[in-house]
Amino acid sequence: MRYLPQTKNSRAAMLEAVGASSIDDLYRDIPKSAFVDGKLNLPDHKGELEVERILGGYANENLSAANVPFFLGAGVYYHHIPSTVDHVIQRSEYLTAYTPYQPEIAQGTLQALFEFQTFVAKLTGQEVANASMYDGATATAEAALMAMRVTKRKKIVVGNALHPDYRAVLKTYLGNFEGCALTDGEPDNETACVIVQSPDFYGAPHKYETFRKICNETGALLVVVVNEIVSLGLLPAPVEADIVCGEAQSIGVAMSFGGPHLGFFACREKFIRQMPGRLCGMTEDADGKRGFVLTLSTREQHIRREKATSNICTNQGLCALAFTVHMSLLGENGFKRLARLNHEAACKLADAVVKVSGVSVRNECFFNEFAVDLPKPSKDVVEALAQRGIVGGYALEGNGLLLCATEMTTDEDIAALVSALKEVLV
Amino acid sequence: MSAEAKVIDMAYKIQQAEDGNRGLHYEENLLWEKEYSDEPGVDLPEPAGLASRTGVEVRGEIGLPNVSEPQVLRHFVRMSTWNYSIDHGFFPLGSCTMKHNPRLNEKMARLPGHAHIHPAQPESTVQGALKLMYELQSWLSEMTGLPGVCLTPAAGAHGELAGMMTIARAHEQKGNTHKKVVLIPDSAHGTNPATAVMCGFKVRNVPTGDTGCVTVEAFKEALYAESEDAAEVAGMMVTNPNTCGLFEKDIVEIADLLHKAGGYFYCDGANFNALVGKVRPGDFGVDVMHINLHKTFSTPHGGGGPGSGPICTSAELAPYVPVPTVVKKGDSYALEWEEDRPETFGRLKGFQGQFGMFVRALAYMMSHGADGLRQVSEDAVLGANYVLSQLKDDYHAPYAANGPCMHEALLTDKKQKEAGVTTLDIAKALTEYGFHPMTVYFPLVLPGTMLIEPTETESKDSIDRFITVMKGFAADIKAGDTEKFHAFPLSTPRRRLDEVKAARNPVLRWA
Repeated sequence: MRYLPQTKNSRAAMLEAVGASSIDDLYRDIPKSAFVDGKLNLPDHKGELEVERILGGYANENLSAANVPFFLGAGVYYHHIPSTVDHVIQRSEYLTAYTPYQPEIAQGTLQALFEFQTFVAKLTGQEVANASMYDGATATAEAALMAMRVTKRKKIVVGNALHPDYRAVLKTYLGNFEGCALTDGEPDNETACVIVQSPDFYGAPHKYETFRKICNETGALLVVVVNEIVSLGLLPAPVEADIVCGEAQSIGVAMSFGGPHLGFFACREKFIRQMPGRLCGMTEDADGKRGFVLTLSTREQHIRREKATSNICTNQGLCALAFTVHMSLLGENGFKRLARLNHEAACKLADAVVKVSGVSVRNECFFNEFAVDLPKPSKDVVEALAQRGIVGGYALEGNGLLLCATEMTTDEDIAALVSALKEVLV
Repeated sequence: MSAEAKVIDMAYKIQQAEDGNRGLHYEENLLWEKEYSDEPGVDLPEPAGLASRTGVEVRGEIGLPNVSEPQVLRHFVRMSTWNYSIDHGFFPLGSCTMKHNPRLNEKMARLPGHAHIHPAQPESTVQGALKLMYELQSWLSEMTGLPGVCLTPAAGAHGELAGMMTIARAHEQKGNTHKKVVLIPDSAHGTNPATAVMCGFKVRNVPTGDTGCVTVEAFKEALYAESEDAAEVAGMMVTNPNTCGLFEKDIVEIADLLHKAGGYFYCDGANFNALVGKVRPGDFGVDVMHINLHKTFSTPHGGGGPGSGPICTSAELAPYVPVPTVVKKGDSYALEWEEDRPETFGRLKGFQGQFGMFVRALAYMMSHGADGLRQVSEDAVLGANYVLSQLKDDYHAPYAANGPCMHEALLTDKKQKEAGVTTLDIAKALTEYGFHPMTVYFPLVLPGTMLIEPTETESKDSIDRFITVMKGFAADIKAGDTEKFHAFPLSTPRRRLDEVKAARNPVLRWA
């Protein structure tokens, strides 16, 4: 019971001060039927070593990207995280701080959030960004809801190959509103927004001019979704968009079996009062010194309650810090070089797999991920590769396979995949 | 002025003039205000120079500074010294449960077998992760007395959304399309009504009585406000223990009335720390509740997330929760998706939830065990009652006469306000004295509320220091020494910030 500082004496002294006859006296308002009879049917407390043995054992049953050739992306990417990032986010002052509602004693978190917002705005070519969302899928859903508020329309059009998880989450969120429709294809005069992912789910980068033009004609907003944020070091910023949102896990945040990740949300300044999530703004203190506070909270549920722009409260603060530290280390030169290295790794991977008999690459264009066609059902191939100690990509319908390479991918990894594919595809 | 004082004064002015640093107090500019390096704080290999196959033009200037590694590290370490944290001291933040964050949990989440696995890996390669999730589901189910568990929601408010959408889906599947109203006490957290609206429900408020609880009478009045059989009522959202720090005494009767009208009881689990290991919500009528792993189960708040908000449900509601959930099939574990769970309302998040938080929470649960978790509840409730007993004569304690509180104590500034000192002033004074303030102006049912939650991880000594300081404030205010309260804090990295200016002219990024 190493986390509990009270002693027999201190408990007795407090009980006496309270004037209670026993600890259960303090629970007198609770119906007897709700009390646990004795103890929960769970094991008793364990020491640190015992817990480490159990959970370490579980970890060892998983095939970690740290140990094997790894080609899986599809919205979650395996990148290198500099040691400095983890050191900073494990500092007590950041790790164990609360949401910065008391700005006088939370300037560290607040200034970091201000820098996070600046990084996101600059990367996405947008005027403003918020202090994070849960993940790319929920950020996309919130973008659609915001577009509905701004345009007072209820139709959402998906303009190209959106990540299937994002689409599913979008469908769930929209399902709560009567008269909402989620469709593919062309927008019309009732469309709230067109959602375009780039690179799309199959890895192809997109241009936005045509989408922008059709949005201008119909009055719909253009929402651009980016789920591999490293791509913005090589591809142009989506400046044509009204909202840019997505996933920033690639920078500073581990894959961690799906979370916590880092949703981001950026848009034009004229929409800030319709934005979901927390915003950090610059101001000054009573002595005239520059400082930062959470601001525009009149959008939020604490004040607006049922009229709030979103119900989002706790978000991904520490992941946003990790991103900010990693981006600070990368800088302009490092970020662009990282993007270039990712693209080159994917080029090498594409050139290698296409030489395997029966394999063809679908994409003409890609960033660090592309789809291939195999001569066999891809699910079986992925399973067979896993048995050979290779995490071999994302199985698409039928014989399609989505392959990804990052700066982590070595020439040896690619050679291992090629040789395993030759065995498996025989 | 003495010679020594003059030297100190001069040195201070020199420092102030230069960069504001003094002793261990540091100023630190924004990253964009630093002198740029030629090279960044990472060394990456030279690209091979392959022709680009992106099909689009190459990114132009982004506008990021190149800063060396030592500069970056110092930047963030200096900024960190402006933060108060649970490792610094007492954090009596009501309803937020700021308790000790064991570092074992961090270590476990960072094992390569947990940190570097991908959510779409074949299930055969992540059996350890699925087993961990299954075990967490089992622990949560046993602790809440609710058999259905879904881990995917990303935070408390997201868990609320999952819970209320589960209710909406259940009504939809049963053909109860007329059930569109949700009852919410006015003491509820603002996320509750915001969530209900996001699910397409209409909110009907239930007034909290003089005792700080919802009375059966008030509940009946709200329940039958529009029809005799409350046919339009889909459910209610009640935090229990409630945000006044009290257990809703009549909850079983209220839940019965609701159930008779065909409604479901959603319990906001923000205050589960009062009950864990001791009382099971499933046994007082709850149909669905969310759990804040970042409160009760000690995953760190991280300056505002990441959180994690699993939901636990009755057997009746279990089919409708979002996908995926983990099931055990013989000796192996698998995720169940839409095709296995046709009645689910769908997906609420990409992939399968905040797994890194699951690792931390399970490490915490295992460390405490059944015996430790019960002690958590008892120490948390005892600590709050101790605070209440010591401060109820110095501050207005609206519910103290009615009996014990649960894990948090409610005071207001009624006495101090007469002398012109408000809850906000008291909060800022606490920061001057090395404490994080309590939750202020929440709940909204009374003016100037202060909600104090000591948690089980504060020693009596630590709680006593807080009580002494709070008593000192009350005494000073009573004696007319009030001027200083409007000026506090004086010694923090920044003094009171101009929030009006920030909102009127929003500056949300560096140019």
